[in-house]
Amino acid sequence: MSDGLDHDLVIVGSGPAGMAASLVAAEHGERVLVLDEQRQPGGQVFRAMEKNDAASRPELGDSYYAGSKLIRSFRRANVDYRPGTTVWHVSSEGEIGFTQDGEAKIVKAGHVVVATGAMERPFPVKGWTNAGVMSAGAAQVLLKEAGIGIENAVFAGTGPLLYLVVYQYLQAGIPVKAVLDLTPAENYFAAVRHLPAAILSSGKLLRGQKWKRRITRSNIPFLSGIRNIRICGTGAVNSIEYLVGSTWNKIETQNVLLHQGVVPNINISASAGCDTRWNERQAAWTVVVDEWFRSSQSRISVVGDGAAIGGAVAAQHAGYLAALGALERLGKIDTTIQTKLARAHAVALRAELRLQPFLETLFRPARHMRIPVMDDVVVCRCEEIHAGQIREFVGIGCSDPNQVKSFSRCGMGPCQGRFCGHTVSELIADIESRPVGEVGYFRLRPPVKPLRLSELATLSDLPKVD
Amino acid sequence: MFIDVSKQPVETITVTFEGEELCIRSGLSIAAGLLEAGIIHFRNSPVTESPRSPFCMMGVCFECLVIVNGIANCQACMIEAREGMRISRQSGDGSGLTGTKAD
Repeated sequence: MSDGLDHDLVIVGSGPAGMAASLVAAEHGERVLVLDEQRQPGGQVFRAMEKNDAASRPELGDSYYAGSKLIRSFRRANVDYRPGTTVWHVSSEGEIGFTQDGEAKIVKAGHVVVATGAMERPFPVKGWTNAGVMSAGAAQVLLKEAGIGIENAVFAGTGPLLYLVVYQYLQAGIPVKAVLDLTPAENYFAAVRHLPAAILSSGKLLRGQKWKRRITRSNIPFLSGIRNIRICGTGAVNSIEYLVGSTWNKIETQNVLLHQGVVPNINISASAGCDTRWNERQAAWTVVVDEWFRSSQSRISVVGDGAAIGGAVAAQHAGYLAALGALERLGKIDTTIQTKLARAHAVALRAELRLQPFLETLFRPARHMRIPVMDDVVVCRCEEIHAGQIREFVGIGCSDPNQVKSFSRCGMGPCQGRFCGHTVSELIADIESRPVGEVGYFRLRPPVKPLRLSELATLSDLPKVD
Repeated sequence: MFIDVSKQPVETITVTFEGEELCIRSGLSIAAGLLEAGIIHFRNSPVTESPRSPFCMMGVCFECLVIVNGIANCQACMIEAREGMRISRQSGDGSGLTGTKAD
């Protein structure tokens, strides 16, 4: 093509943010490529929605089926949509490396919108690597995608998603053994001051209340005021122990479903060189973006839960705004049109985010659930590095996550730090009494997802290196 | 216990896991299919050889790595199970140095 670009816009991810962004760009006649790892559009929140219907699967709820309109519009849009595609590289120059059906490609885009969504926060507790321990989000994936329920599991943790999955289980008639609520009691007091703003988004608040009421009024044990948990078993789970006051109690179970909130999945944006910032209230690394979701890298926007947690509705409005920001940057629309088209979405986004400070404060996981106190807790699941080993390396002078990584291999396994990065940053900050933002995060490098040599070898047109 | 609550008509495919034939519902990921068949032990970790099962089911934790048709390090939660697939448990990093059953 004359401009040397394969696409005007490449969008990574087809969740609410990615779909919304691609609709706007396509409406303006842009050449849009949408790359997504899943086999169907929807992201995690609307996962496999095209396979399900409200009549036969009502347990998934209204907020799930609310995505159908967006997905239908996305299917009709004039975009090159590639499901089942893994993106392993995004460069600051707008090059995107991806693999589809065993074949690797590198394309060049005028602008990239990274909409990679959230992932569940690491939950480093004793025994969390045992077979039979999964995240509550994983249980929800199984429910949405395969209609699979896990009978007699113990749910443990805190956060809206935990209650939602238990609610969906009850609606589907899947027996639940117990729910261990680890929401710290002091969070209720801290969250009160955010309540007036939250009441303005009463719809969401009431929905959460409905989930919780359904759970507490059911006959399953809902235990609150839990201070700590540990999972027992040698290889496979046989029970979970929980601390109330100063007493450990035990529940026998083969399946434990953990959850303590979600964090942005920053691997692609951080490896592309986008600036990140520690958000203390979310206790998470977020991506620095302007009001149009443009990152510190001029060719890259980062939007939705992949930048900072705000939920599906916020992500959709943000997706529209991000596309307008990208179109303006590419010189396709002027700022007057941009502002005019953005107005309704900017208002809706602000309204949607009003509940966030309340939720973030109420469901902020306890410090000792994010930073393991005991030395024998596994921090890095891939390389099996314990908290005690990290403390030792920090003790001999590794005060940077990358030094800890070099010395210990923590974060060097196939998940590339996704399930230990947050813990390592906070652990170092804790040991050295420094701000987490100053400690930093692992330096992420491409390929951000493993790439086979056989796939790499299929690259035919390697871009010229100057 | 992993149970089917999908209330949808069941079509099945046949795969093998560790050489044993398994009938699983079609359209599922390898991970979902194995879990429903009662298999939770997908691999042994590279360092301590401890048993692991899928953790995230969305492609970020890499705990569900199995060997599919002789190819190691396949993310079972991201790949759709297909008729005749030969699936086996992965040991270590899948390079074959730690007792991998790759063929």
